[in-house]
Amino acid sequence: MKRLLIPLLLLASAAPAQDKLPPAPYAYTQLADPAQEGKAQALMLTLRCLQCQGQSIADSDAPIAGDMRNQVRLRIAAGEEPEAIRGWLIERYGDYVSYKPALTSLTWPLFAAPVLLLLLAFALLRRRFGGKGA
Amino acid sequence: MIANLGLAALWLAAALAALQLVAGALALGGRGQDFAGIVRPVAVIQGLLAAAAMIALVVLFCQTDLSVKLVASNSHSSKPLLYKFAGSWGNHEGSMLLWVTIMGLAGGFVALVERRLPERTMLATLAGQAFVSLGFYAFLLLASNPFERLDPVPVEGMGLNPLLQDPGLAFHPPTLYIGYVGLSIAFSFAIGALITREVGPAFARAMRPWVLGSWIFLTLGITAGSYWAYYELGWGGWWFWDPVENASLMPWLAATALLHSASVLASRNALRAWTVMLGVVAFSMSMVGTFLVRSGILTSVHAFAVDPTRGSFILALLAINIGAALVLFGLRAASVTEGEQFAVTSREGALVFNNVMLTGALGIVLVGTLYPLLAESMGQKVSVGPPYFNPATAMFVVPMLAVLAVGPLLRWRRDRLTRIRREVAVAAGLLLGGLAVMVIKGVPLLPMLGLALAGMLAVASLLPLRGRKLRTVKLPLWGMVAAHFGVAVALFGMACDSAFTVERLVAARVGDKVAVGPWQLTLKSIQPIAGPNWTALEAGIEASYQGAAPDLLKPQARQFWTPYQSTNESALDTRWNGQLYVVLGEQAGDGRWQLRLWWKPFVPLIWYGGILIALGGVLALLGRVVSDLRRIIARDKIAWRRERQGR
Repeated sequence: MKRLLIPLLLLASAAPAQDKLPPAPYAYTQLADPAQEGKAQALMLTLRCLQCQGQSIADSDAPIAGDMRNQVRLRIAAGEEPEAIRGWLIERYGDYVSYKPALTSLTWPLFAAPVLLLLLAFALLRRRFGGKGA
Repeated sequence: MIANLGLAALWLAAALAALQLVAGALALGGRGQDFAGIVRPVAVIQGLLAAAAMIALVVLFCQTDLSVKLVASNSHSSKPLLYKFAGSWGNHEGSMLLWVTIMGLAGGFVALVERRLPERTMLATLAGQAFVSLGFYAFLLLASNPFERLDPVPVEGMGLNPLLQDPGLAFHPPTLYIGYVGLSIAFSFAIGALITREVGPAFARAMRPWVLGSWIFLTLGITAGSYWAYYELGWGGWWFWDPVENASLMPWLAATALLHSASVLASRNALRAWTVMLGVVAFSMSMVGTFLVRSGILTSVHAFAVDPTRGSFILALLAINIGAALVLFGLRAASVTEGEQFAVTSREGALVFNNVMLTGALGIVLVGTLYPLLAESMGQKVSVGPPYFNPATAMFVVPMLAVLAVGPLLRWRRDRLTRIRREVAVAAGLLLGGLAVMVIKGVPLLPMLGLALAGMLAVASLLPLRGRKLRTVKLPLWGMVAAHFGVAVALFGMACDSAFTVERLVAARVGDKVAVGPWQLTLKSIQPIAGPNWTALEAGIEASYQGAAPDLLKPQARQFWTPYQSTNESALDTRWNGQLYVVLGEQAGDGRWQLRLWWKPFVPLIWYGGILIALGGVLALLGRVVSDLRRIIARDKIAWRRERQGR
């Protein structure tokens, strides 16, 4: 519950102020180095905008998304690894912020599903054609 | 007055659905043969009454009758007429009324024209359709009455979400709904065939046009929705694996599988149980989709828990319909045999592979969409997005597309790959060649697979036409070729977009020049303009492709009044080899304007591909309908001749 509350409080306190402030420097500005910008872009596509429904921060006009893009670009420019930045954001906002679910005791069924489905598909095909050969 | 008439029509329609169910059940039970005769007419009148209620609601919206709560909370007198009209289904109650209307009309149509099946199966089918409809009528009348009145009458309405005020989106929901609800007919046919144990080619032929029709509308609806997201949201994304999108993708995947297995059943009398099962699954996915979108569960599980009336209602309908169908399936499974046998290397074998892989992909989308809801109800919020869905669905879709290259070339029942070794060699060569080029160019894995598969499929999909006289090729074959070629086209567009898009975010003053990819842009002007219910800033931007004569683009930043909301109207410049995408952002503190620019090579192919796929469906449907009509006419002629000879 606490993990949920903190981002909510952050949102509540930050959002009204952000509406008046100009957007952060790297919210709408790319990094000069195309390789770094590419890295940042790839990461931003997998981070969730906390204000809108179902869009990544790379697809959103919301102030908080702009803020997060700024953070991502600054940290990439400072040489941080994308996965480290993802970790930092998850620590701050919770698992919800990342579109790439981590393998945990909660999310294991997500990763078991493809394996199970593949086995099931294989079993179905085996049963259908089993023994007859190709 | 009109509102009261609409409500009355709706209650009457519900009563007739109940009559249809009871009469059908009694006639099937063998007790009341007298009832058998009324089932078809009742189905027709039920459909017409539902349509009358829908028309009443549309009229109320067009007149902006604010004494109706639904109109007052979703419309506004200053809104353009098109959006008043389309606004009648742009909300929960209206969309559910549209749902039962389509369901009623489709049921009525089946009752009117379908004469190929044994009468008992038809009775069971129509009773099944009435059973499903009745649930949705109850939902409308008890939990979401579209004709609820307000007293006192408000002075003005609340308006419609500006994002929805777009001509494309006005017709997006009805298109999808026709697709969703058309599958209810396939569901009812499956139920009917299970009840009377008449699962065979005739059942598949009766069901096939409905599956094809629904699938065409779903394809168009998804394509249009994706294009809408692309140009309206202002960031150039066209698919987000958002639960609302997944809600339309799941029935589509099931319908695609069903389409293929129904054609095996129709022409080879094989895959009987599997086809029936898919018929049940396809409409179940429609209902799951409706539950996701309409229950409010997506905004938050907690919002759903606070006001669970509607959500629980749909969930109960879902459980009853799917549960009843599965129980029936379980009871009958033993007596429905799989039908004719076939070898692995055969047309049927390839189609079984297609079915299993499509169902696997469907499973992934279902798990990825529902799991976050489950996790949230356990107190944890997780997000599942592209990093999960892309690779997990690719595991199933990539092998399926590889088999798609050769499947249509195989013969029914038993074949050898050596017979078509030249075609296989061409396909494999194209695939490996494509992969080699991409590896050298350093394209990321998924777009690389996409491009190589697209190249192979574009050629392989045309191979079934080889060695045939094009003028004698039947319509359904043209349909298959067009749809498979469309898959290649769309896949190519998707892969190009993710591999080769060039992005440029800049702040510019009037007069500044900006380059993006092969384009040279000049910001010429910024002007205020006004629309019927919005004001906007409009930029004038000259865009020149590799030094050619410039086009003038006019992206807008719009501000709507009711409700107060701003949107970006992107400006697009389409060439044969891609699209330039221009968005006007805010003004920075120093007076410069934010511009977001993308050069997206071949991106329109995504939607052209979608349209081609749908066109393939239309050709196949036309072919089937034409041959059905011919058969009916021929039969009537024979009957007429016999009658004359008898005299």
